[in-house]
Parts: sequence; structure tokens; C-alpha cells
Amino acid sequence: MNVYVVLKQTFDTEEKVVLQDGRVSEEGVKFVINPYDEYAVEEAIRIKEAAGGTVTVVSVGPERTAEALRTALAMGADEAVLIADDRIPADEYALSRVLAAFFADQAYDVVLGGNFSVDNGAGQVAVRLAELLGIPHVSSVTKLELSGGEAAVQRDAEGDLETLAVRLPALFTAQQGLNEPRYPSLPGIMKAKKKPFRQLTLDDLSVTPEQIAARTARAELFLPAPRQAGRVLEGELPAQAAQLVQLLRTQSNVL
Amino acid sequence: MAEQMTEKVLGGSFVIADPDYRTIVTPDELTEEQRMIAETTADFVEGDVLPVDEELEKLDYELTVKLMKQAGELGLLGADVPEAYDGLGLDKVSSTLISERLAKASSFALSIGAHVGIGTLPIVYFGSAEQKKKYLPSLATGAKIAAYCLTEPSSGSDALGAKATARLSEDGKHYVLNGTKQFITNAGFADVFIVYAKVDGKEFSTFIVERTMEGVSVGPEEKKMGIKGSSTRPLILEDVKVPVENLLWEVGKGHLIAFNILNIGRFKLAVGCLGGAKEAIQLSSRYANERTQFGKPIASFPLIGAKLAEMNVRTYVLESMVYRTAGLMDTGLGGIDHDSPEAGKQSAKAIAEYALECSINKVFGSETLDFVADEGVQIHGGYGFIQEYKIERIYRDSRINRIFEGTNEINRLLIPGTLIKRAMKGELPLMQKAQALQAELLQLVPGQTFEGTLEEETHLLAMAKKIFLMAGGAAVQKFQLKLEQEQEVLSHLADMMIQIYALESALLRTKKRIDKLGEEKAGLAVAMTRVFAQEAFEKIESLARETLAAVDTGDMLRTQLSVLKKLTRRTPVNTVELRRQIAARVIQSETYVC
Ligand SMILES: Cc1cc2nc3c(=O)[nH]c(=O)nc-3n(C[C@H](O)[C@H](O)[C@H](O)COP(=O)(O)OP(=O)(O)OC[C@H]3O[C@@H](n4cnc5c(N)ncnc54)[C@H](O)[C@@H]3O)c2cc1C
Repeated sequence: MNVYVVLKQTFDTEEKVVLQDGRVSEEGVKFVINPYDEYAVEEAIRIKEAAGGTVTVVSVGPERTAEALRTALAMGADEAVLIADDRIPADEYALSRVLAAFFADQAYDVVLGGNFSVDNGAGQVAVRLAELLGIPHVSSVTKLELSGGEAAVQRDAEGDLETLAVRLPALFTAQQGLNEPRYPSLPGIMKAKKKPFRQLTLDDLSVTPEQIAARTARAELFLPAPRQAGRVLEGELPAQAAQLVQLLRTQSNVL
Repeated sequence: MAEQMTEKVLGGSFVIADPDYRTIVTPDELTEEQRMIAETTADFVEGDVLPVDEELEKLDYELTVKLMKQAGELGLLGADVPEAYDGLGLDKVSSTLISERLAKASSFALSIGAHVGIGTLPIVYFGSAEQKKKYLPSLATGAKIAAYCLTEPSSGSDALGAKATARLSEDGKHYVLNGTKQFITNAGFADVFIVYAKVDGKEFSTFIVERTMEGVSVGPEEKKMGIKGSSTRPLILEDVKVPVENLLWEVGKGHLIAFNILNIGRFKLAVGCLGGAKEAIQLSSRYANERTQFGKPIASFPLIGAKLAEMNVRTYVLESMVYRTAGLMDTGLGGIDHDSPEAGKQSAKAIAEYALECSINKVFGSETLDFVADEGVQIHGGYGFIQEYKIERIYRDSRINRIFEGTNEINRLLIPGTLIKRAMKGELPLMQKAQALQAELLQLVPGQTFEGTLEEETHLLAMAKKIFLMAGGAAVQKFQLKLEQEQEVLSHLADMMIQIYALESALLRTKKRIDKLGEEKAGLAVAMTRVFAQEAFEKIESLARETLAAVDTGDMLRTQLSVLKKLTRRTPVNTVELRRQIAARVIQSETYVC
């Protein structure tokens, strides 16, 4: 079974986001494997442990991403590929194109990714990749069982549970609950540096910057307003309800 | 990191040398692997230990042993065990990171510490190939757990006064051990006991005793002030037949094993204190931001800020000292050939080299944590006295660190004692330096002005070393061989050395940080170093004055004091303002920062 994991390196969820010169400052920030991608890595390793094969972890990102990939190797992945190129825009369309170019000549049975990344939260790259590769995908999976070229999957459908059967090769994105990721063991960490690690650029993939021109542009970047103290409405219940509707209309503009 | 550790530094030489900041190891330049190792340790504590903290604290052997095995599977118990015996044979910086990150696990960290440190290391460094093969793989994985048994009811500090005996059986196959060991950490569940006993009541020796051997039993659990989740019981040996193969190293070498293992234990203890201090800062800074009084978070009151600043400063200094020392130990211990029949001798020599630094770490580390924990409780007010708040436990747990692994008094006596011994043996040119200084001191010290960053602190450090040499030289001259009985003077000399090593470690590290990050980003480290330099120098000055007054009288004393005055001439720095700057950073980040 050849399992691939597409992963992203993100801020540790405990980090405070600081804006500096119109950008999110990366100074002194601790980076981790995107938590949802970590479930994907764990699942891939479990598939390998049960059925044999290899686990390859792939990421598109800046050089620092190497550390996240090596963490995945330390957890038990076999090979890592980092596609690092300043010409790749931070845009889901572009990223999925780059990945698709990489996957074009790979032999994969299962591709795993995270449900979404905790930084941008778009949740698009993996499913776009499936579309470009022309393989089925199931997002937000909480259970994955493979046998005889098929996958029995459970997915979290906005709180409901959906059960599906999918033919391989296919792509799945991991949701919390799929598994409990292991920590890289110390022997694993020591072995990681000896495992194959390839670094590629757009040229290696024969992709031109024009082909992956961003489809989105960031208009503005700002921090959410600091949270206000909560307010407890008073009075009779119907009056409270009316007041609430009023506030949702006028103050928070959600209605 | 490895590439910097080229030249070997003599233990104790810091009091006379002027080391280049580029040669010291700091925690600011970890490799990716070292970061990952630290991360795994922290994740293990967070994910597996803290959720069962309450049960552990009630002293649950089964749970402790289970978690030890889990730690073993992750490789956390094998850092100091050579690869050939299923360990990882990591460098000391890596094993230091592990111990530091484990500290948050409180009592459980102590159980692990006793196992991997004083429990396992005697076999790592002094075991024969057969003993290593037999014991180390299971100790490295946590399949077996070790304990270290030196103390007895009637001999604690006076460890060599042990009464436990070993007698060779008539057929020469066994040593028969008798005696009682007191306060043995892990005794409740340990499988392997490193026991010190005197062969024929005379020659101090070390034995590997297994729990399953006939005649081995343990007394009841002690009811302790702190570290309540760790097991502390007496070990009772009644006619225990220990196979001669279980004699560690040789008959009569017990003191070398006992004290050298304690040296490492002392260093590791300081590492644990560092981890504890960082946690206390985190808890206290968060609390200070949450708690409001007079309509404001208490963190906004300068007195609370000053406490947080001081906690952070001392922790920075301790951290600098600990990693610098880890680097030193690596230079010595890295080169040991564990397969050589000479391994025991080599190990003893390599560890003994930095015995003095280990003692300094132990005293400074335990007293830093005590200070930080105490201020942490104070910041919490009444809630700090309530068990629901972890700072209460950190405060209680901290106290033992000044007592075990050699009390701080014993360590204080050892620090100058070791230095003087090394000088006497001609290993350090201490006397020559002291004499050269005499001549120099008679000359006028020109008034100094300082411009560059940390220039003044560099000067203060140089002066501090001179002051120490002057006071130490005077004491040695006056008391000569009787100095040993002048414990107060020795302890003052120890305190001067501790402050010098502490200040130098912080200063060199900060210079390295400036090199790497630039002055702006190293600004906090610079501020902390400046504050500490003032504090350390004040202490050294008053210790020296008291020492001189205890040594000399009349004209001689007046001359000495005027020299001291020359050496301590300086314009005070506004540490109040510096601490405010530091406090702002701690309060903003709600954690230890540098
Ligand atoms: C929780 C706990 C766990 C422990 N774990 C272990 C363990 O795993 N293995 C082990 O072997 N031991 C262990 N110990 C024992 C510990 O190392 C001793 O308690 C310690 O060394 C002090 O010995 P003591 O208690 O006999 O005190 P004493 O030696 O009686 O000291 C009492 C006081 O006298 C001072 N004093 C003693 N001699 C001198 C001197 N020459 N000059 C000036 N002052 C002096 C001491 O500093 C101290 O203040 C543990 C102790 C505790 C409490």
C-alpha cells in the first residue's frame, strides 16, 4: 500500500498571532505539523503497520517546513518531499496545482490530508488535489478501513455520521477523532535524519509560475477585535428574545 | 553544537580564566533533533502524565511503573545509556533537555530522575561488560527500575560512615550483605538496587542487588512534606547473598562511584529545578494577569512585576549555567570508551573534572527554585496556600532539593575544598594567579567609564574574580591546612564562586545571543544580565568584606579593605527600571522569556 500524506506546517495553536508590517510575524514562533495533518500522518503510519508499504509525506512550503516533515519521518513515515519555491503563491488553487504536478508520476493507493489547516482554514488544497488527479475523495473522515482495494469510511457530516464505501486510489482528509497521533520516539527522531528527503522546485516539476498564478488576492489583514465582556439580557423571556434579535441586527450585524 | 567543543576546559578554571563566549554551550542553538526530543518529552508529560497527576500524587506504584515503561518505549529512559546496550547514547545537552521538560511531572519526574540518574548511571559508567549487558537494556526500556542506596539511618552527609557490611562467603561465590539503607527513592517498586557497603566493615564498595534476592525487604513508606507521589522507603538487607559478579567495579572503589554518580545527580537536580522554575513563572504570570485587585490586574502593580522580573532573571541565569555545564560534561564524557576495561577509571576522572561545577549547579539551582517558588506563592496570595493551585505543590516539592544529593552545606564545603585541592595538586595555577594579583592590587586602579553593551558587566566579572582570589588567598594564607575547620569562610568562598560562575554563564550566553540575534533582539537578555551583575557583585562584595574581617585584623585588614574598595568602585545601575522592562515582557508573554 503506497500512502501519501500532504501536510502543512502551521503555527502552534498556543501561539499568539502578532501583526507586523502588514504581515503575520513569524518571529520566535513555534511551528508544528498542522494538527489535522498530524492525524493524517498517524493514519498513514497505521495503514503501513497493518498492510505494509511505504508512507511518503509531501509539503509545499518555505524551507522551515523541513522540520515538520522530519517530525513526520520521526513518527514513522518513510520518505519526505518538500516543494519549496518562492514563486509559489499562497493560494489554494496554486498549491493544489503544484501538488498535482508532483503526484502525476507517483504511484499511490491512498492520499491523506488534514480536514483544514488551522491557520488559513480554507480546507481546499486536498480536495482540489483529488479533483485534479481525478480520484474520489472523502473529507473529514473519522474512521478509515481498507480492504481489497476499497475503503469503508465514516465521515463527520456537520455533526452527523455518514458511512461510505470508496474505491481506491482515493483521497481522504482527516478529522479529529480519527486517531490519537503518537509522539515521535527518540529512536524515531534519531532515525529520521537518515531517511530519504527530497527537495524540489517548480522547475523540477516542470511547472511555470504562469500556470499557477494565484486566483485569490488578500484585500486586508487584521486581528479580530478583542472580545468584549458578555452581556446578560434581563426581563421577561419574550422581551429578551426581541432584544436579542434587535442586537443581532444592529450590533453584530449577523442578521 | 558539537563543533564548538574543541578545547578541553579544566574544571574550576573559570575563577582564573577568561573564557571566550564562543566556546560555551547555550540552549539557544539547539539542533532540530534536540528540539524534537524536547518536544516529545513535553508532549509525553502533557498528554500522558498530567492527566493522571492526581492519582500519581497519591502514590500509585502501578501507575508510576506503567508510565515509566511508556517513557521507556519513547526512549526517554535511555538517553545516557550507550547504544550498544539498547540506549540512545545521546549528548548531555539532549539528556538535559529531557530532564528539564520532565520537571513539570513533579513526583513522577523525580522517580524517573532517580532511575535514569543515580540508579542507572553506576552501571553505565562503572559496570563490567557483563553487568551492562545484563542490566542496561532492561533499565533503558523501563522493564526494570533502579534505585540508589547510600544513605543510612546513622549516616547521611557522612556517607562513608555507612554501617552496611559485605562479607565474602567461604566458597568465594557470594558477598553476604547486611544493613539498612534509609530514604531510598523508588524503593517501593525498584527491581535493581545499587547498594554501598563495606567489605569486612572496612572497604567501601558497591553492589548490584536485586529485589528478588533472598533477605531483601523494604520498610514502610515515609510520609513526606513534598514529592508525595514518589516512593521513599528504607531498604533492609538481611544476610543477602549477592553473587560476586554483582560487585560493581572493584572492592574499595565505592566512594569513587558514590561521589561521582552524585556529581551527575547534582547536575541533573539543577536541571529539574530549572524546569520547575519555568513552570512557576508561567503559573504566576498567568495568575497575575487574571487576578484583579483595586480594579486592576495585580500584574500591573510594580511590586508584583518586580517579583516576576527577578524570578525570570534568576531562571535565565540558571538556564545559562546548566547548559554551559552540560556542554562541559559532554567534552569529558563524550570520549569514554564504554567497552574498555579502563572505562570505570576514565569515567571517574571525566566526571570528577567538573565536580565543583556540579555542586555549584546544585546549590544555585535548588536555591533559585526555592526563591522562585516562594515568590510564586506570594504572587498567588492566599490562593498560593491552597492545594488547588499547583504553585502550592511546587513550593513544597522544591524544599527537598536543598537537602538530598548532598545538602547545600556539604556542597558549599566541597566547592572551595575541591578548588584548593586541585590547586595543591598543581592542576590549576591558582596560587600563581593569586600572587600575581597581589602585586597588581598595590597599583592604582584607574577610574573606568563604560560605553559598549555589557562592557561594565564584563569589568564587574573580572573584578569579582580578583576579589575572590584576594579573599580566598588571604584565607588560605591565614588558616592553611586548618581552613577545613573554618566552615563559614569556606561557605563564603563557595558563595563567591557560585555567583561568579552564575554571572559568567549568563554574561557569555548573552554575548552569544547578541552575536546571533543582534542587540535589539537580545535586549531582554542584556537587561537580565545587567540586573544579575549588580546583584551578584553586591553579594560578592559583602561576602568578601566579611571574609576579610574574619581573616585579618588591624592594619592588614585596613589595607585589604581599601583594596576591596578599589576593586568594587562603581556607579550603581538603575535596576528598578531594568526590572520593570523585564517584567513587562514576562507579563506580556505569560511565561519564562529571554
Ligand atoms: C525524599 C528523600 C529522598 C531521598 N532519596 C535518597 C536516595 O534515593 N538514595 C540515598 O542514598 N539517599 C536518599 N536520601 C537521603 C539524603 O541524601 C540525605 O537525607 C541527605 O544526604 C542528608 O543526610 P541526613 O538526612 O542524614 O542529614 P545529616 O547528614 O544528619 O545533616 C543534618 C544537617 O547537618 C548538616 N551537616 C552535616 N554534616 C555537616 C558538616 N560536616 N558540616 C556542616 N554541616 C553539616 C547538614 O547540612 C544538615 O543541615 C533521600 C532523602 C529524602 C528526604
